[in-house]
Amino acid sequence: MIDLIWLIPLLPLLGVVINTFFGRFLSGKASAWLATLLVGIAAALTLVTIFQVRGLGEEFGGETVTLYRWMTAGDFSVTLSFLVDQLSLLMTMVITGVGFLIHMYSIGYMAHDPGIRRYFIYLNLFVFAMLMLVLGDNYLLMFLGWEGVGLCSYLLISFWFSDTVNADAGKKAFIVNRIGDFAVLLGIFLTWTTFGSLAYADIFGSIEAVSAGVLGLITFLFFVGCTGKSAQIPLYVWLPDAMAGPTPVSALIHAATMVTAGVYLLVRSAPMLDEAILISNFLTRDLVAWIGVLTALFAATIALTQTDIKRVLAYSTVSQLGYMFLGVGTGAYIAAIFHLFTHAFFKALLFLGSGSVMHGMEHGHHAISHGQPAEADDHATDEHGHADSFDVQDMRNMGGLWQKMPATAWTFLIGGLALAGFPLTSGFFSKDEILTLTQHGGYNLLYVIGIVTAFMTAFYTFRQFFMVFWGKPRTEAAAHAHESPSVMTVPLMILAAFALLAGLIFGLPLEDGVFHHWLEPLLYGLGHHEGEGYHLPIMASLAISSIVAIAGIALAYLRYGRRPAETVGEATAKGGLLHALSYNKWYVDEIYHALIVRPYELLAAFSARFFDRFVIDGAVNGVAKLLSVGGGGLGRLQSGFVRSYALGIVSGLFIIGFVMFLTIPNELRNYFSQLGTPAILTFVVGLGLLALILWTTLRPRKTVEAAADPITHTS
Amino acid sequence: MEALTTITTTHYLILSAILFSLGVLGVLMRRSAIIAFLSIELMLNAVNLSFVALARDLVSLDGQVVVFFVMTVAAAEVAVGLALIVAFYRSLGTTDIDEAHELYG
Repeated sequence: MIDLIWLIPLLPLLGVVINTFFGRFLSGKASAWLATLLVGIAAALTLVTIFQVRGLGEEFGGETVTLYRWMTAGDFSVTLSFLVDQLSLLMTMVITGVGFLIHMYSIGYMAHDPGIRRYFIYLNLFVFAMLMLVLGDNYLLMFLGWEGVGLCSYLLISFWFSDTVNADAGKKAFIVNRIGDFAVLLGIFLTWTTFGSLAYADIFGSIEAVSAGVLGLITFLFFVGCTGKSAQIPLYVWLPDAMAGPTPVSALIHAATMVTAGVYLLVRSAPMLDEAILISNFLTRDLVAWIGVLTALFAATIALTQTDIKRVLAYSTVSQLGYMFLGVGTGAYIAAIFHLFTHAFFKALLFLGSGSVMHGMEHGHHAISHGQPAEADDHATDEHGHADSFDVQDMRNMGGLWQKMPATAWTFLIGGLALAGFPLTSGFFSKDEILTLTQHGGYNLLYVIGIVTAFMTAFYTFRQFFMVFWGKPRTEAAAHAHESPSVMTVPLMILAAFALLAGLIFGLPLEDGVFHHWLEPLLYGLGHHEGEGYHLPIMASLAISSIVAIAGIALAYLRYGRRPAETVGEATAKGGLLHALSYNKWYVDEIYHALIVRPYELLAAFSARFFDRFVIDGAVNGVAKLLSVGGGGLGRLQSGFVRSYALGIVSGLFIIGFVMFLTIPNELRNYFSQLGTPAILTFVVGLGLLALILWTTLRPRKTVEAAADPITHTS
Repeated sequence: MEALTTITTTHYLILSAILFSLGVLGVLMRRSAIIAFLSIELMLNAVNLSFVALARDLVSLDGQVVVFFVMTVAAAEVAVGLALIVAFYRSLGTTDIDEAHELYG
């Protein structure tokens, strides 16, 4: 199966091709099932491959499957080949596995949307691009996937493009990502000039020959790309807005897979990252760790006060990605990938759960506003910008959904526990491992910030849970909400099982579980080094993490769970300056707008009003005018008088004769001078005659029109 | 004043230049097609004169041979040219070449 690894990305691509060219022969539902089935087969094939590789034992160090030479130019050559190793297979499993569940969920979620086929084409294309990203054996193929997922992200965020808000969110995501992508491209250029190859194997085999500073620059450029794709400070701003897309897209692309591409890129580049030094003794890794932990903290502070159910999750995704980068930065590569793995399950679960809640709210809202059973209406098209201003995503409008939607509520609770890091859930193991290794690496300050963030995470997660599910419904819509169909709840349950148990199954014993053994051969000897100073015992670290998580949940219960808000107005929190700062996202969007967007708009306006009109248009019109005037001038030479043409011929003759006289060979010149001055005199006489001719013919006289023949006039 | 007593090649060349210039002037200044035509013949013969004069000066037959060619071509040209003038007169009722501006504009 390893040799047939190309089948895995090919299957979703096949779905794209079939649905694009032959989709009109299929019903929307058939297209959806086809797309889902193909991703399901890919997931099954991945599972088979994983077991096969497990059978090969820990000596298996990865295998390259080359299909063909992709491009060659000079001594630059790239092959289209796939790298099958533990890391790429793990990522493939997450993408196809979670992707399959989300495809399935989408069948229910998008059932009544007229654009369902387009949706599934994009979704399949995304899976294909993401698989190319993780399976490629060189940086260029990785970049192909990197750009491909960016495109699909844009297409899916602005899926309901008739609403300006959605279209703007898509553009924002695309443009912000472009900034990062540009850095990645520069990094790839530098890799090529440094190593003379883009294949991972070639590069990692010749690292000793390259200075740490160059590696530092390459990995720095890669990391700038990661801040775009994986939504870290300063380029994280697009991710919260990306929630404008359909909710399953948020789950798949903006939580489980695409945004983790940056983590994958850095872990894949681990051999480089380990040696990379930015300035003197400041490692690229230190920068990664600091950005990661600060992003985690910053996003968590914003998530504390958001009222939009998806925005809370979006900021928590940014925050959790920050944890992953903290893990990468402190060298805990396996822990970072482990957190990526568990996060994919519980965050996808939470997003799908929120989608289910919105689905229920929408139907409840329809039921009361139309007084009819909310069965056959296209909820999806009016998820945003509903005719009236009722917001189904506003948690203040919810409450008491526990009784209405038990399956969604239970699974959401499990996802929330995992996100909060409740003991023995999957998120607990992975997050604690990152924090413990951070402390052991000697980064005490980072550890403390991480713990504070963990506390906030637990708090905002359960604030959300209590606001949505606890107490009594605060609106009529919430009171009439009902459970989603089973095509949506079954994926929720499967994801919930993983979110709950993945840590226990794969993460135990601590730092020595199945997961770690799987990645060990690949990352052996890389990354983590024990730092100096006091090391917290593992049990103490576990205890701290548990206490923090439980304390956060308890505080959320005291504030939101014990006596839930009864009305929408009561649920609208009133707070001081800090609350306002958090609620308004620290005004980062406004600051960016003032510092970057506004000057850019001014520049664009200047270009449009001045540069385009006067310089560009001026150049074009100027050339046209020059030709027109020049043509008009030369046109006068055609006077219509045969004799003036003859004058032209004679003038030319004399000019040529004069030039020839100046340039004749010496012996001929000698011959002429032997003929004596009379020859030259003749020439001068000729010139005089010419002058006379010129005067006589150019003197003012009647034109052709004036001298028109009376015969032609009368006839 | 040797120049007046002995006729040298230079004198022939000067005569040739004067004849040629007169031909040019004729073409440029006279409106009658026939006069212009005669002027062209004058120019041809001016060239012939210089050819012959230089052939004698250089003791080479090449120039004289060329002159025969020119005379042959001139004879043919006369036939064509006169035919053109006749046709021109028939269509316009005049031989004024300034009237030959049908293609103008």
